[in-house]
Amino acid sequence: MRKFLTVLLVGVFFFAGALWAKENALEIFSWWTGGGEEEGLMALFDLFHKYYPDVKIINAAVAGGAGTNAKAVLKTRMLGGNPPDSFQVHAGMELIDTYVIPGMMEPVTWILKDMNALDKFPKAILDMCSYKGEVYSIPVNVHRANVVFYNKKIAAQIGMEQPPQTWHGFVEYLKRAKEKGYVGLALGDKNKWTALHLFESLMLAELGPDAYNGLWKGKTSFNNTAIKRALEIMKEMLDYINSDHAAMTWQDAVRLVYEGKALATVMGDWAEGYLKTLGWTPGVEFGWFALPGTQDAFMVVSDTFGLPKGAPHRQNAIRWLKLIASREAQDVFNPIKGSIPARLDADKSKYDVYLRWSMNDFATKKLTPSIIHGSAAPESFSAALMDAIDEFVTTRDVDKTFKKILMIAEDNDYNVK
Amino acid sequence: MKKEILIGLLVILPSIIAIAIFVYGFIFWTVRVSTSNWNSFSSLLRGEYHFVGLRNYKRLFQDDRFIKDLWNTLFFTLFFLIGSMSIGLLLAVLVDKGLKGSQFFQNIYLFPMAISFVVTGTVWRWIFAPGIIPSDPQGVNLLLKKMGLDHLMWGWYTSTEHIGPFNLALIPVIIAAVWQMSGYTMAMYLAGLRGIPVDIEEAAKVDGASDWQVFWRIKFPLLKPITLSAMIILGHISLKIFDLVFAMTGSGPGFVTDMPSIYMFELTFRSNRYARGSAISIIMLLMVAVVIVPYLVSSMKEEVRR
Repeated sequence: MRKFLTVLLVGVFFFAGALWAKENALEIFSWWTGGGEEEGLMALFDLFHKYYPDVKIINAAVAGGAGTNAKAVLKTRMLGGNPPDSFQVHAGMELIDTYVIPGMMEPVTWILKDMNALDKFPKAILDMCSYKGEVYSIPVNVHRANVVFYNKKIAAQIGMEQPPQTWHGFVEYLKRAKEKGYVGLALGDKNKWTALHLFESLMLAELGPDAYNGLWKGKTSFNNTAIKRALEIMKEMLDYINSDHAAMTWQDAVRLVYEGKALATVMGDWAEGYLKTLGWTPGVEFGWFALPGTQDAFMVVSDTFGLPKGAPHRQNAIRWLKLIASREAQDVFNPIKGSIPARLDADKSKYDVYLRWSMNDFATKKLTPSIIHGSAAPESFSAALMDAIDEFVTTRDVDKTFKKILMIAEDNDYNVK
Repeated sequence: MKKEILIGLLVILPSIIAIAIFVYGFIFWTVRVSTSNWNSFSSLLRGEYHFVGLRNYKRLFQDDRFIKDLWNTLFFTLFFLIGSMSIGLLLAVLVDKGLKGSQFFQNIYLFPMAISFVVTGTVWRWIFAPGIIPSDPQGVNLLLKKMGLDHLMWGWYTSTEHIGPFNLALIPVIIAAVWQMSGYTMAMYLAGLRGIPVDIEEAAKVDGASDWQVFWRIKFPLLKPITLSAMIILGHISLKIFDLVFAMTGSGPGFVTDMPSIYMFELTFRSNRYARGSAISIIMLLMVAVVIVPYLVSSMKEEVRR
């Protein structure tokens, strides 16, 4: 009896599967499952329904911080020849190295051309999504990674009226905060990536945006005193972090700022969304500035959607991509998610004071790809570098870590001359 | 007779096939991957198999992190076994005395086993979170401070201190693991104790043996098979421990609480170095085999004797 039931169940399953595929549907794969992200995604689905009421949307979101679990699931599906209709992927190497070079994606340049939208995005961000002259994914939102968020009350106490412009100015404030019994810089590196998040911005500060971008094109060598200086600065910075950093996540670190225990934290601007959910108003209880030395650069973390070859509902997938490339959809999604649109012609009145500042910088500063968030380099490089920096936080051995960075760069065929 | 064998074979045939494919087939496949050059997603996709011999294994043994992992596993297993088994035995003896309320405590001790390692890990992470010492301690440290034992406040699993190759940050992890599994060990010992015929004990007492002697000379030797089973079960759990450590501390600052399984997971699913990850899983398989196979062989021999 039981066996029969099993057979029956399997049969029904396959049948339903077959029906499913034929249905007028659209399967969207993402890792937007929490907080404002999910609400933003739902708002996009609602907008899609407004235009295409007959299409059934299948939300194939996989939970897990920064999409680490989702990425593994997606790889399995792509390998097994069962791609979703469209999936979320960070702009840059996470898309190009993993899916475009092996030939699993369709170019979407024509969609942008059809919509006359090619010049509505900054060229640098489309370049990140491109391979051999074709664009392969459509950016929906942009986060900035090189931002310092600080507690205004503590800042007033230590006499920080203006955000520091230089590295030395910043250290001076960190020192004063420490003297007053506060943590200078909150860090939560239990999950390791936050340490590299900090370090990549320091690299950007010491190299400058042009040389930093050159690293990924083989124009700048990794064998560079600026990288060594970045390590030295990081070492200095580590004197001002909370001693229990290894027990904490990035949210815990932001909470230290919120609870008035730490002056500042370096984090992507999803921290701004988190501070807002905790009940703070940007510009009132907390302030922000670009990490000193990186004022003229914008470290980009951008979510994009692509079109895999063999998408079961290709027609609907194209409709989806056209929708999310539109100004309307970007202005619906981003204020909810707490990010800025990738398009430059968005309606600024819909965004809060922080996001408007970020939009301004996005339009005017040099855009640089993030390492840890998958844009600059393949995953094998960023994972190895993450381990090296994680060890550095403990050993604080500049020479040894620098040697390790060179080895990792060499393993991944970057310039180390 | 022959027909019986045939029917027997038919009945177990599906499981044999399933095990052949999903266990041994995949072990073989993992071995094959571990000797390949599949260390990026694109090389995996291309699917061209380049045999590189034992290069992946060689690289692992040159890797500081992996060496640390092996030491961590050794010490974790050692202390986890000692802790769980001694506490388990002690609890079993206490519960077996049949004191008032022993039934109640027996259940209490067993409860942690019903919780998944992920939950245990998360809760103990909060308990041992050090906070900022000395101004703003948390968890255990806060307790110590309130008790006036300030000098005992410590970084727990965030500490990078070590004695030789033993990382002290493993101590909180071992405590959490022992907390979870000692109740289970107790249940095993309890079953063993209750299986010992009362007349043996009584005979010994008539001969003038003290309680202490009854335990060490009679009960404990009779519990030997239980001790062996407990060692095997706990040993293989600890050799491949992943969820508890992953939820509680991750790989820790400077890999002080890293385990081979965590490194394997990160290599395979976070950085796409499939061949290297497979090599770790084969090494882990061998480690568990070293523990399990002698046990299987000896228990099979016993069965044949019967």
